[in-house]
Amino acid sequence: MSSINYSEKIPNNVNLSEDRTLQRALEGWQPNFIDWWDEIGPEGSTNSEVYLRTAVSVDPQGWAQFGHVKMRDYRWGIFLNPGESDRKIHFGDHKGETAWNDVPGEYRANLRRIIVTQGDTEPASVEQQRHLGLTAPSMYDLRNLYQINVEEGRHLWAMVYLLHKHFGRDGREEAEALLERRSGDADNPRILGAFNEATPDWLSFFMFTYFTDRDGKFQLCALAESAFDPLARTTKFMLTEEAHHMFVGESGVSRVIQRTCQVMNELKTDDPAKLRAAGVIDLPTIQRYLNFHFSVTIDLFGADESSNAATFYSSGLKGRYEEGKRMDDHQLRGQTYTVLENKGGQLVEKQVPMLNALNEVLRDDYIKDSIAGVERWNKVIDKNGIPFRLKTPHKAFHRNIGSLAGLKVSPEGKVVTDSEWNFMKDQWLATDEDRAYVAGLMGRVVDAGKFANWIAPPVMGINRQPVDFDYVRFN
Amino acid sequence: MHLSAQMSPRSVFVSQAGPVNYQTHPSQYKHWSLSFDGAVATLAANFDENAGLRPGYKLKLNSYDLGVDIELNDAINRIRFEHPEVRTIVLTSLKDKVFCSGANIFMLGVSSHGWKVNFCKFTNETRNSFEDSSKYSGLKFLAAVNGACAGGGYELALACDEILLIDDRSSAVSLPEVPLLGVLPGTGGLTRVTDKRKVRHDLADIFCTVTEGVRGKKAKEWRLVDDIVKPSEWSAKVKERALALAEKSDRPANGKGVELTALNRTVEDNALRYSNVTVEIDRAKRLATFTVKAPSGAQPTDIAGIEAAGASWYPLQLVRELEDAILSMRTNELDIGLWLIKTQGSAADVLAMDATLMANKDHWLVRETIGLLRRTFSRLDVSSRSLFALIEEGSCFAGTFLELALACDRSYHLALPDDGEIAPKITVSDTNFGLYPMVTEQSRLERRFYAEVPAMEAVRAKAGQALDADQAFELGLVTSNPDDIDWPDETRIAIEERVAMSPDALTGMEANLRFNGVENMFTRVFGRLTAWQNWIFQRPNAVGDKGALKVYGKGDKAAFDWNRV
Repeated sequence: MSSINYSEKIPNNVNLSEDRTLQRALEGWQPNFIDWWDEIGPEGSTNSEVYLRTAVSVDPQGWAQFGHVKMRDYRWGIFLNPGESDRKIHFGDHKGETAWNDVPGEYRANLRRIIVTQGDTEPASVEQQRHLGLTAPSMYDLRNLYQINVEEGRHLWAMVYLLHKHFGRDGREEAEALLERRSGDADNPRILGAFNEATPDWLSFFMFTYFTDRDGKFQLCALAESAFDPLARTTKFMLTEEAHHMFVGESGVSRVIQRTCQVMNELKTDDPAKLRAAGVIDLPTIQRYLNFHFSVTIDLFGADESSNAATFYSSGLKGRYEEGKRMDDHQLRGQTYTVLENKGGQLVEKQVPMLNALNEVLRDDYIKDSIAGVERWNKVIDKNGIPFRLKTPHKAFHRNIGSLAGLKVSPEGKVVTDSEWNFMKDQWLATDEDRAYVAGLMGRVVDAGKFANWIAPPVMGINRQPVDFDYVRFN
Repeated sequence: MHLSAQMSPRSVFVSQAGPVNYQTHPSQYKHWSLSFDGAVATLAANFDENAGLRPGYKLKLNSYDLGVDIELNDAINRIRFEHPEVRTIVLTSLKDKVFCSGANIFMLGVSSHGWKVNFCKFTNETRNSFEDSSKYSGLKFLAAVNGACAGGGYELALACDEILLIDDRSSAVSLPEVPLLGVLPGTGGLTRVTDKRKVRHDLADIFCTVTEGVRGKKAKEWRLVDDIVKPSEWSAKVKERALALAEKSDRPANGKGVELTALNRTVEDNALRYSNVTVEIDRAKRLATFTVKAPSGAQPTDIAGIEAAGASWYPLQLVRELEDAILSMRTNELDIGLWLIKTQGSAADVLAMDATLMANKDHWLVRETIGLLRRTFSRLDVSSRSLFALIEEGSCFAGTFLELALACDRSYHLALPDDGEIAPKITVSDTNFGLYPMVTEQSRLERRFYAEVPAMEAVRAKAGQALDADQAFELGLVTSNPDDIDWPDETRIAIEERVAMSPDALTGMEANLRFNGVENMFTRVFGRLTAWQNWIFQRPNAVGDKGALKVYGKGDKAAFDWNRV
C-alpha cells in the first residue's frame, strides 16, 4: 500500500513497518504535516542546515544524535518509552488492575480530549514562534529555537500517533484538525488561550520556554502516570526532550540578566533609562515580563475546582505529578485540599474535596518548581553584587481562569481596588512601552560566535561544540 | 413490595424459578380453553388461580400474569397458522360473573420494576397483534364480555374489533387503576379509550376515576362498548356478531393449516441455539450476539411446496425462532444491554426467499408468515436494548435480513477496499419498501429517511444491487463503514462506550430516536403511556410504604404526597 520506507524515513519503536493502521493514517497525515511546516513553520528557514538533535531510538545512544539537517527533512519519529510488562494502574478507581493497552470504550471521549488538548499545544508553539528566527540574538540561539521547533513538531507526532493508533477514523480527523487550527486566528484558534498569544520577542520566548514549557512538563508528568499505557509511555519519552526547552528558557533569561548586571556594574547605575540607553533590558522590565508569563501560564492548569479533574483522576486517565512517590491511598476520596477564594475583597483559604482540586494540586507543584529556577536567576544577580531580587507573583495575581479570575490582586497577594490596580498595573505587567523597547532591541545577529548586545554568551556550546560553532549553515 | 430494592431483578424473578419459557402448547394450557366452530374460535378465560408463573399470588377472578399471556399469545398464533378457517376469535370467560379483572395486583406487588415493565411490554404486543391481524390478515376479534371487566380485562376487550357487554345489571367495564391503585392502565387503556373508541375526554375522565366502572346503557352511550345484550339473548348475539365480523375476512374455509411444532431449541448457560438463530451471551461485556442464518439448499417456491414444508418452511421456522430468542433475551437477560445483530449465509438465498414471499404474499399462509415477521421486527423496535448491526464478511443483509440492520440503532459495515470479491455487501429489495411496516405504518427505510423523496428514490434506484460499505454509507443505509484496519477498534470502542452508559437513559433515548416521526395510537401506547406509567410505578405514591399499590388489599388507606409534579 505504500512506497515509503517507514523505518528509514520515520524513526520509531512502534513497529511502524508492520502496522497497517499507522501506515495508512500517516500516508494521509505526513504530507499535510510537511505542508503545515512549510506554511507556518519557522520563517525563512527553508534552506538552512541546522545542527539538530534527532531521536532515532530511546536508548542513551539513540535519543540524541547530532548533525546538520534541513528542518523539513528532519526525521520526526515515533517513540514510546519501553513498557514494563504487566504494569499496574496505581491510582483511581481502577487501582491494582492491569494498565490498558487499548482505549477502553467507556473513556474514549475523555482520553481523546486529553490527547487532543495536549497535542494542540505543540504545533501552536511553533506557530507562535515562527517569526523569531528573523531576530535571533545569535546563531547559537537560533539553533536552540529551531531545536525546540522540531521537537514540538515531534511531540505533535507523538500525540498524533496515539490518535492514529487508538482512535480510528475519529482519531484521524482529530489529527488533521491539529494541523488546521492556527495560533491567534480568531476564527480558527488553538484550543488553549495562552497558545493564541503572540511570542513577539526573544525575552518573551525565553519566558515562554521557561514557564509555559514547564507547564507542559507537569501536564506530561501527570499523563505519564496514566492507566492508558501508550499515553504514559509516549509522554515519558517526550519529557526527555521537554527538559531542553526549559533549559533554553532558564539559561536564556539567565544570560539576559547576566548581561544587564554586567552593564549595571560597568555604568554603576540601576536607572532603567540609562540601562535602556545602553541597550540592555533593565531588571524591573524582566520582572514585569516574568509576572505576565507566570500568571498566564498558571491559568493553563485550569479551574481550581474542577469536576473534569476529579473524573480524569478517578477513571485513571491522568494522575498527579510524581503519583508513584506520594504516600497516600491514591484514591483521595474524603480528602480535602486548600484553595483560595475571594470573600468580600479578601483572599481566604477554603477546604474543598481533593479530587476536585487536582488542578490546584498540580498548579501548586508547578509553582514550587518554577520558584526554584527563579532563585537560580537571583544567584546571577547576587554574584554581580546587585541588591535586586526577582520574584514569582502571588498565584492570585492576574488570573483569568478559576474562582480568582478577574480579581484585582497585587503581585504580593493583596486584593486591591480597581483604581489601585489601574495605578499600579504598569509596574506589575509589561507595558506596551516595555514591549516596544524590547522589540527595538531585536536585530538579527547570526555570525558564528557573535551575540546581540542585550544578552551574554552561553557558558558552553551544544553537544560539547564551541560557542562559535556553525550551528546553522545558511545556504 | 419492591423485592428488587434489595436484590437484583435477575435474582428474584429469574434465577429463583428458572428462566421464563415462551413456548407452550394447548395441551399444557392452564388458563385458556380453546374451542372451534367453523369460522369462529372461542378463547375462554378460566384462569387457574393456583397456577401463577411465580409463587406469591393467586390468580383470583380471572386476573392474569405473564404465564396467562404466554398462553394467550400461543393460542392466537396457533389459530393464525393451524386454523386458517377461523375468521373471528371470540374472547370470553368461563367464570361466573367475571370476564377478566386484569393484571394480578399481588403479582405486581411482588415484582421488580423491570419485571412489571417487561410484562406490560409483552401484553401490549399481544394486544397490538390483535389489531395487526385484523388489519393485515383478516382475523377478527370479538370481546364477549360476560361478566365484570376491569383494568387489563377491559384493555383486552379494547384491543378487539368489537365489544359486547352483557347487560345483567351488574357487569361493568372499568379502568380502576387511578382511583384504586394510584397507577395508570398499563396496556393501552387510556389511549384506546380515546384514539380507538373515541370516548369524549370528559366522560373518559369520569370513567377512569370511578372504581365501579360503567355498565349497561351508559356504557354503550359513552362508546365504551359496541352493544349491550341481555343474558337471555347473549349466546345468539355473540354468535351473530362473530359471524358478522367473519364476513369481513378473507381467510380461506379450506386452507391447509400448519401445525406449529416445537422449536428446535437448545438453552445453554450462555447461549440459545436454534436451527437458524444463535444467541451467544458475553456476560462480562454485557452483550449478546444474535446470528441469523440464511436458508440453505433448495427452498419451495410455490404454495404446494410451502404447505408441504409446513412449520419447517424456512421463513416460518426462522421467524418463530427469532421471536422466541427476542422474548427470552428480553425477559431472562436483563443486564445484557447490547445486542449485536449478525447474519450468515448467501444473500442470493435470502433474496430468493424474498421473491417467494413477494410472489405469494396474498396466500393466507405466506401472509401470516409475513405478519409474524412484521410483528417480530416490531418487537425489536420496542426492545429496551441497544441494537448494533455488524455487517461483516460472510453476512447476508439483503431484503428481509436487511430489515434487521435497519431496525438497529446503528450499523457498522466492514469495507474491504482491496478485496471487492469478499467485501460484505447489503442489498435493498422490494421487501424493504413496505412489506414490514413499523407500527407507525412506515417502512424502516421511510423512518430512516423521514420519507424524504430524494433519499428514498436514491435507495430505490439501487434496489437489487449488492452495495459495498462505501456505497451503502453514501446512500445513508449504514451508520459507519470502517475498513478492515479500523474495524476492530472502531467497533470495540463503540460497543464498550455504549455498554458503559446509563441503561435507563439509553432506553429512553433509543425509544425516542427509533420512533422519530409519525405518531399514532401504537406509538402512544408504548411511548406516552409507558413513560408515564414507568414514572408513576416508581413514585412513592404508588410503591412507597403507604403507596396505593402497596396497601391495596390490606385494608389500609394510601397516604399520598399531595404535591403535583
